[in-house]
Amino acid sequence: MTTAPEVPLSPAGNPMGFGSMKRVEDARFVRGQGNYVDDVHLPEMLHSAILRSPYAHARIISIDKSAAEALPGVVLVITGEMLAAVPRPSLLGDNFAWMPTLSYDTQAVLATDKVRFQGQEVAFVIATDRYIAKDALELINVEYEMLEPVMDAKKAMDPGAPVIRDDKGQTDNSITDVHGAKTWESGNAEATAAAIAAAEADPNCVVVTEQILYPRVHPSPMETCGSVANLDPVTGQLTLWTTSQAPHAHRTVYAMVAGLPEQKIRVISPDVGGGFGNKVGVYPGYVLSVVGSLLTGKPVKWVEDRNENLVSTSFARDYHMKATIAATREGKILAVDVDVLADHGAFNGVAQPTNYPAGFFNIFSGSYDYPNAHCKVTPVYTNKAPGGVAYACSFRITEAAYVIERVVDCLAAELQMDPADLRLKNLLRPEQFPYMSPTGWEYDSGGYEKTMRVAMDIAGYDELRREQAEKRAKGEYMGIGISFFTEGVGAGPRKDMDILGLGMADGIELRVHPTGKAVLRLSVQSQGQAHETTFAQIVSHELGIPPEDIEVVHGDTDQTPFGLGTYGSRSTPVSGAAASIVSRKVRDRAKIVAAAALECSPDDLEWELGRWFVKGDHERGKTIQEIALLSHGSLELPEGVEGHLDATTVYNPPNLTYPYGCYICVVDVDVATGQVKVRRFIAVDDCGTRINPMIVEGQVHGGLADGIGMALMELIAFDEDGNCLGGSFMDYLLPTAVECPNYELGETVTPSPHHPIGAKGVGESATVGSPAAVVNAVIDAISPFGVRHADMPLTPANVWRAIQGRPIRTDMAVE
Amino acid sequence: MQVTMTVNGTEYSRDVEPRMLLVHFIREELRLRGTHWGCDTSNCGTCVLWVDNEPVKSCTMLAVMADGREVRTVEGLANGAELDPIQQGFIECHGLQCGFCTPGMMMTGRWLIDNNPNMTEEEIREGISGQICRCTGYKNIVDAIQWASDNPKAEVSN
Repeated sequence: MTTAPEVPLSPAGNPMGFGSMKRVEDARFVRGQGNYVDDVHLPEMLHSAILRSPYAHARIISIDKSAAEALPGVVLVITGEMLAAVPRPSLLGDNFAWMPTLSYDTQAVLATDKVRFQGQEVAFVIATDRYIAKDALELINVEYEMLEPVMDAKKAMDPGAPVIRDDKGQTDNSITDVHGAKTWESGNAEATAAAIAAAEADPNCVVVTEQILYPRVHPSPMETCGSVANLDPVTGQLTLWTTSQAPHAHRTVYAMVAGLPEQKIRVISPDVGGGFGNKVGVYPGYVLSVVGSLLTGKPVKWVEDRNENLVSTSFARDYHMKATIAATREGKILAVDVDVLADHGAFNGVAQPTNYPAGFFNIFSGSYDYPNAHCKVTPVYTNKAPGGVAYACSFRITEAAYVIERVVDCLAAELQMDPADLRLKNLLRPEQFPYMSPTGWEYDSGGYEKTMRVAMDIAGYDELRREQAEKRAKGEYMGIGISFFTEGVGAGPRKDMDILGLGMADGIELRVHPTGKAVLRLSVQSQGQAHETTFAQIVSHELGIPPEDIEVVHGDTDQTPFGLGTYGSRSTPVSGAAASIVSRKVRDRAKIVAAAALECSPDDLEWELGRWFVKGDHERGKTIQEIALLSHGSLELPEGVEGHLDATTVYNPPNLTYPYGCYICVVDVDVATGQVKVRRFIAVDDCGTRINPMIVEGQVHGGLADGIGMALMELIAFDEDGNCLGGSFMDYLLPTAVECPNYELGETVTPSPHHPIGAKGVGESATVGSPAAVVNAVIDAISPFGVRHADMPLTPANVWRAIQGRPIRTDMAVE
Repeated sequence: MQVTMTVNGTEYSRDVEPRMLLVHFIREELRLRGTHWGCDTSNCGTCVLWVDNEPVKSCTMLAVMADGREVRTVEGLANGAELDPIQQGFIECHGLQCGFCTPGMMMTGRWLIDNNPNMTEEEIREGISGQICRCTGYKNIVDAIQWASDNPKAEVSN
């Protein structure tokens, strides 16, 4: 345990506040007593399975379900046609066949007219047993008329390209946001173009352009998505157990989708087996379990299998980026422009704040000091699965960090400068904070160079470069890759940010029982982040109640106040701040009660951890536990003061928080086979105050493994017929223990000035920062072969081909 | 058809379809929900349990194939309130986050230690390389298994 020495320990040995502390959650998980959605079992519960489209683009001519319905054990087979006949008293449409997405688009719950991606939902079988439900899928006969699929985003807008969204009356495959825009721009286009043109004309400057693909990847939490819906036919009460990172937002969406009264809906997100953004959206399967319960009068369970998870739920990235960077020959960056073609799949289901249709991609200007930046993002429909931004999404900051860190390395190669020196020359300086970025983000705090120096010290950077030179002389190829990233997390200020009109503020409630034990009710939902532990530590830090005396309740909309959920690293920046503020409200109330008990003015009292005492008379005081009992007792309280200490608050963040870090990856490349071995990974994160350093480091470890996976092996590719080539874990490769090194972590701590405890959030930092470090290392290793860029995933085949001077498009199975 | 097996020391008999997977038998018939299901293709290892003292991916084995055999699941690791060192190790070393892969990782880890009490880090990594964790990046899982190997004080109850 690395508890800071100034933090006292509780009777159970836990830090009374911040410090490494064993997780409360572990007791149930190590015993196999977690409660995940598939563990939910209700009397008379029915099971289900979804028939999915084998084709990427086809018209449905007919669906014959009679044989399936005749199978013993089958209760009901639902088709899109049936959904279209179920009236929906809702503002969002008049039937159940379509549902709204989180980006103001529509998505078919079950296909009625066409299928638009391989794996799209076509029919829903409800049966007494999951095996029978799957058997019945084989008995449904769907007649399709094949249509030409649009698989290459670069051809989606070609004249004459097949139109995917004819259901909306579209005549092309463009995507329009809620404000009517078909492209999303940010930054200063004219100044950036002028700066680049000037640099091109100036012999003392260079301009480097690179085509950089962030291919489609998938979050693949170990637990797939699922739900159990129980709609009581008498009371109309719907209880939905579901794999959701945002149970409250889901409840509101179900109220809108199903037209059910929101007070009759209870969403329970029990233990969730990993999320990584995959469990932010609302999927047809969830809705179908609800409709299934509505139509059968019984509880209905739907749990997808791994193939379904990979081919139909939220993917991530699929950004084709053309980046241009201008700089002086001394290495001072002048301007960056990024032109993006964004592949959104068949329905625009991206989860992001309404006014940010490209998410926070426009934070791509990164960690460097230059005045001119501009990006243009053009989204298109293709015949691929919908969703997007998932996978430790940070609302597209992963793509942003990747493109800037990759193109900065391209610039370093052009200038023949060490990439560390180039970064150090351009990093924002501490006195520039708060810093207004050229695309409008106000970075709250940072000491970038210090963080980078810590990482270089741990790595032994100069020694690594010497080793590299020696090895190259012997024909051995090692590479050193650096990535310096800045994130904006904790969405967000409600004046700027909402999802489907829901402002991104978080409610919280703290009750203090007469014995001084407390219950904290959170709107956010853990998928492994250990909220039950860290949020108790925040309350303990503020009130001096031992963490073991604080119960944290989350994941049940009937038990917790409204909030927008856990994604984009927002739990600590938003709900963590709420926990701090609600505790301070309790503390203020306790002060009044203590003053009444001590027969003094509240102004005469002073706080120390867990206790109010009379200034100058330290012995005369009351502990928070004594005050809790007094607040429930017969003590006469001043006029206008209620009893009890309980408090609630809603926290509306004034700004995002901006965690950052410097990652250094060291790889060895076998140039004969293209095999990459990650030898070392150094990660220095500055996420402000660390509530539980053990948990922070665990989150960083996981994100580094994500980065290794995306950089070296993960890919959802398609062939030209629209077949998904990443539909199982045999094809979609994830890193195992043998591909991952022992991470070497370091830290700097630059608190957020506007967060009550200075914490910035860290959940996605490593996933955002690590892919570029790995790719930069591999390219650095093979740069003697004239390679300046090659796209992820850098599989042995792709590395080998890059060495041969024949890099390929990794997103398509055809060249 | 009738299948009888001993699970965590208790004998169970059930009439099941021949095609029923062992993972579903354990989860649905016996309601032991600590063994998870994750991929169908024997890649992820979240369903690992022991059959006759060998770790097995229970999504790749039929329940009837375990007829007459002895099965041990995560629920059989602890001795009453006393945790097995492998469980303690995962707590001590922060070897889990979402907890979904954890039962399978612990079952493999326990077996690895029983069969080689002096494993190197590389051997541990190789030993768990048939299983996937998306949260931890593996380092703390490796440390947890090492911790359990170094702290064998609790009885090993195989």
